Amino acid sequence: MSDATQIRFRAATEESPATRWTLIALAFAGLAILVFAPLIAVFVEALADGAVEALRSLASPDARDAIRLTLTIAAISVPLNAIFGVAAAWFITKFDFRGKAFLITLIDLPFSVSPVVAGLCIVLMFGANSALGGWLVAQGYPIVFAMPGIILATMFVTFPFVARELIPVMIEQGRAEEEAALTLGASGWRVFWTVTLPNIRWALLYGVLLCNARAMGEFGAVAVVSGKIRGETATIPTTIEMLYQEYLSVAAFSLAAVLTLLALLTLLLKTLLELRHADQLAANHRH
Amino acid sequence: MGKPLIHRSPMPGLGLSMGITLTMLSLVVLLPIGALLLKGAHYGLAGIWETVNRERVWAALYLSFRLSLFAALFNLIFGVLLAWVLVRYRFPGRRILDAAVDLPFALPTAVAGISLTALYAPNGFFGQMAAEIGWKIAYTQWGIFIALVFVGLPFVTRTVQPVVEEIEREVEEASATLGASRLHTIRHVILPMLTPAALTGFALALARAVGEYGSVIFIAGNIPLLTEIAPLLIIIQLEEFNYDAAAAIGIAMLLISFAMLLVINLIQVWSRRRIGYV
Repeated sequence: MSDATQIRFRAATEESPATRWTLIALAFAGLAILVFAPLIAVFVEALADGAVEALRSLASPDARDAIRLTLTIAAISVPLNAIFGVAAAWFITKFDFRGKAFLITLIDLPFSVSPVVAGLCIVLMFGANSALGGWLVAQGYPIVFAMPGIILATMFVTFPFVARELIPVMIEQGRAEEEAALTLGASGWRVFWTVTLPNIRWALLYGVLLCNARAMGEFGAVAVVSGKIRGETATIPTTIEMLYQEYLSVAAFSLAAVLTLLALLTLLLKTLLELRHADQLAANHRH
Repeated sequence: MGKPLIHRSPMPGLGLSMGITLTMLSLVVLLPIGALLLKGAHYGLAGIWETVNRERVWAALYLSFRLSLFAALFNLIFGVLLAWVLVRYRFPGRRILDAAVDLPFALPTAVAGISLTALYAPNGFFGQMAAEIGWKIAYTQWGIFIALVFVGLPFVTRTVQPVVEEIEREVEEASATLGASRLHTIRHVILPMLTPAALTGFALALARAVGEYGSVIFIAGNIPLLTEIAPLLIIIQLEEFNYDAAAAIGIAMLLISFAMLLVINLIQVWSRRRIGYV
């Protein structure tokens, strides 16, 4: 069949091939400039002086301290947010109460607050010149410019991730299976571990994945509360900023490449989850 | 009101799940935001106004808003195009494009910031090309615009995509049968169906851009009155231990965020009434 006949018999609900390929080309061009170019630039800049130099800069004390701190922060804040997400989703989907919509809005709040404002809030609440912060410092537990502040800031910006993912999934699954298990005499925890958790495990993993990516990469909120003290409160993103401003480009981009690889791994796992377990994930992903 | 606060339910774990939810929500989110509002109340409306009503602050707020609006508008158009292409067309590389849309969510903002700066600086890959025609991108408002387009890229696509998937072909067929051209069908049948989702995505991208810090500060140049964004002003005030002023600007930004959140919710209510889904 020649091209001409194909055009003549084109369905009325399709665009002409010319339009179609123009739109596809625009999509490719736009994403090439906006997404792929920055992605490639990270690795090009990191390898500007060769792979050996890039690896050497990753082994420097600054980089190692930053990686250790970021892993610690994620290891504490992500599980805490996962526990919150499961508890909040359970509370919201298994019970009927007044003000449910308002509660969901409050949980979503961190998504619409600037990370810098989030950091500011934590400084005002727990900083040394607030009543609570001053008392905590006197007791020997400083929050701001120390690890607890970074954890709080990280938890603030990643707060809705797990809950947002679980709530729609658990609404869709309803309560019938849990009710059946209860009727058959299972205890509350048994119902959770053997009925609910297997049903929501992929959605939970999905939420944790996104939460973790953001937790390891958060910059604005952490920059405000951490004080960026080398070897103590400098995370990977804040160390990248310091190195970059000292014109240590290779060192900055090498650390950036580590976070970029993490982002790519996150996207890969996320895509796999969407392909394999689409039916067990929230259908509408907004964040 | 006759309705009980919490309905009786055979489900276990009410106390535990409610306790964890409310305690953590309060500790991590509500109390810190409350601390900011309290600081503002202490400082007084007049004090807040005095801090905000300075040329440098107005310039920063106006800059943040204007460029966020432009970036969100760009993302609105490109996002709808992208959603359409990804759902309706089949071509090699579609899955990679689909996954790439999410990269701005996954890539840390500081990484995006230094990478965009490397690309658009006068000696960078795109910066050199632009310099040939006398166009300076990095360290100007163009640079901020590009960073804001980057961070807001996924929102419109991800809100519109599921709606495009649900459009029933019958509607388009009916329109075509009745003699409408493809362009007419798209303008008068398809685009109205996408509008609520596209507007929601637009508002989300706008809200994100207004508060964005990490990806912008590297490429912005941060010249007062010219390329200084509002979140940076807060950081500057904090570094000078000027907590009152930082809180005043923070409250101004918080109120703007709340207003946008309200608009997003109104769009969703409006769309639910109009077409039954968001």
